[in-house]
Amino acid sequence: MKKLLTAMGVAVAMAAQFVMPAQADGERFVLVSHAPDSDSWWNTIKNAIAVAGEQMNVEVEYRNPPTGDLADMARIIEQATASNPDGIIATIADYDVLSGPLSNAVAKGIPVITINSGTEEQSKAIGALMHVGQPEFAAGKGAGEKAKAAGVTKFLCVNHYITNPASVERCQGYAEALGVELGDQMIDSGQDPAEIKSKVMAYLQTNPDTNGILTLGPTSAHPTLAALDEMGKAGTIHFGTFDLSSEIAEAIKSDVIAFAIDQQPYLQGYLPVVILTNLARYGVVPGNSINSGPGFVTKANIALVEKYAGEYR
Amino acid sequence: MADTGEQTIEQLKEEIRDERLRETSRLRKMFIRPELGAICGAILVFAFFLVVAGGSGMFAPEGIINWSVVSAQFAIIAVGACLLMIAGEFDLSVGSMIGFSGIVIALMTVQWGLPAWFAIIVAFALALAIGALNGYLVIKTGLPSFIVTLAFLYILRGATIYISIATTRKTIIGGVREAAEGDPIAWLFGGKLFSGLFVWLSDIGIVDKFVAGPKAGQPVVEGIPMLVIWAIALIIFGHVLLTRTKFGNWIFASGGDSQAARYVGVPVNRVKILMFMFSAFCATVFATCQVMEFGSAAADRGLLKEFEAIISVVIGGALLTGGYGSVIGAALGALIFGVVQQGLFFAGVESSLFRVFLGVILLLAVILNTYIRRMITGER
Repeated sequence: MKKLLTAMGVAVAMAAQFVMPAQADGERFVLVSHAPDSDSWWNTIKNAIAVAGEQMNVEVEYRNPPTGDLADMARIIEQATASNPDGIIATIADYDVLSGPLSNAVAKGIPVITINSGTEEQSKAIGALMHVGQPEFAAGKGAGEKAKAAGVTKFLCVNHYITNPASVERCQGYAEALGVELGDQMIDSGQDPAEIKSKVMAYLQTNPDTNGILTLGPTSAHPTLAALDEMGKAGTIHFGTFDLSSEIAEAIKSDVIAFAIDQQPYLQGYLPVVILTNLARYGVVPGNSINSGPGFVTKANIALVEKYAGEYR
Repeated sequence: MADTGEQTIEQLKEEIRDERLRETSRLRKMFIRPELGAICGAILVFAFFLVVAGGSGMFAPEGIINWSVVSAQFAIIAVGACLLMIAGEFDLSVGSMIGFSGIVIALMTVQWGLPAWFAIIVAFALALAIGALNGYLVIKTGLPSFIVTLAFLYILRGATIYISIATTRKTIIGGVREAAEGDPIAWLFGGKLFSGLFVWLSDIGIVDKFVAGPKAGQPVVEGIPMLVIWAIALIIFGHVLLTRTKFGNWIFASGGDSQAARYVGVPVNRVKILMFMFSAFCATVFATCQVMEFGSAAADRGLLKEFEAIISVVIGGALLTGGYGSVIGAALGALIFGVVQQGLFFAGVESSLFRVFLGVILLLAVILNTYIRRMITGER
């Protein structure tokens, strides 16, 4: 018993060493995302804030709700506000839930920059300095226009994050550009790779006339690639995806994926940190929102992108 | 002579004392309580964060409200889970029930334009019916509640996502706040109490004020959220029910040894079904508060909340096998969980390590809890 208590005492003391706040010489910013722990796409943003933090000599903390529950995200923003940082960077994954906590942060005098999900209008309504992101419906529509030019008539939208409204907007934009109803062409694939793969295979088996596929990120793109490969359909279906990874880059080079829409997450993480630092130090700030995307990555420009896929792109 | 007489009576009393009763000292009695470990754990956790995060804003009024609200959320579902667990059953459908009830309210108010009070009553009625169904199936089939409620975890989640997409093409339904404006009972879930007190506190400088925008000059803490009031009310209700009523004894008996309880006339089936209904009720309180506060419902709300409820109850000293536990313990468990979860952020822990620490501290709390209980009660 005594030994156990001593051991626990030592463990707590060691934990205390780890959790001591880092030195406070630079400004402190908090980035709050809506992504669940399982979403690897946000790694690029984590890299971006690490680079920007180092360059600017500031401290940037990354926070997210472990299960992707947006009500939990609202609590994290309230918490960030209570800790009085020099700036908050957050996504507007759901305006209803997040506008309250974010506008409270603004009202408390904390500069806020919104990134990724949400629109410029929502960002303005909250009182944020600007929005750094990619308009989702327009990006989906852009993808749909390219697909239409390639002759797509019936498609499958693999949605691995059905509870985020932005993801549904992408599929809807794609459908609108093609001039068809979205209907059952969007599937709720879940996040598990094996599950996504079998769902895509089942869909393609029951809908053999499908000639276009849109995936919303590496989470759904990788298993879809595996599914096409296994069914011997790789390269026969016009395949577009959001976001990049080394596997997606490889598939673009071998003509399996036609294009990847790059919203350049690196900029979504990097720019707010630089902008907030300059605001804190010199009071200068750009006057408008920044569109970080959409940029299309195709076989023509893949070489530039490939080297840093999953890291900075 | 009188002295000897009294002595004889004392001796007589000594002789006729019931040999089945064991004497316990008052001190020992004070310590043999399920929540003792949780009390020690709570003290340790607060001491820890006062040291590592004392100056971070965690113990400023705004920070206190933040972790209180999170703890209150855990507490609301933990009270239901606690009573059910003492009655010997689990409910894994709590998280899905939160998503389901929220969507029911949002659909009825926003999509169908019904008054909020009606939607709230319907959501509670549906939840109680599903809770009763859970209990009925457990009793009738004799299957472990783990399996039956696991099935409902999926059934409710799937139904929730389906209903919201089929009717609105979205998984998040917003606009509930506007729809519930001026409703006679919606404020019971989304309102804030004592706002005057906080205006006064901000005037004397204890609470900060907003400095920009339309809210400038108002206190940063607007009041005590109804969520916290609900948590306190449910804790008091659960504690009194469990420790001061005959029904409370029935709950312990049903979870301790249901067959023996039946022999002495405890309506075990009714107790268990009622506890499943109470668990669903608590989940719906959680959901309604969330919907009214944030003004929207999402089909994925409440993910993993069933485990958070069970964790709180177990930190609070209840046994997973039923028949032993306390509501105060569960409430303290919820407090520990909430303070650790939010406190690690204030302490500036890196986000990936953050969950490692959360796990370690939870484990330590339960180990400490178990050790103290064994040491004092002498159980093995």
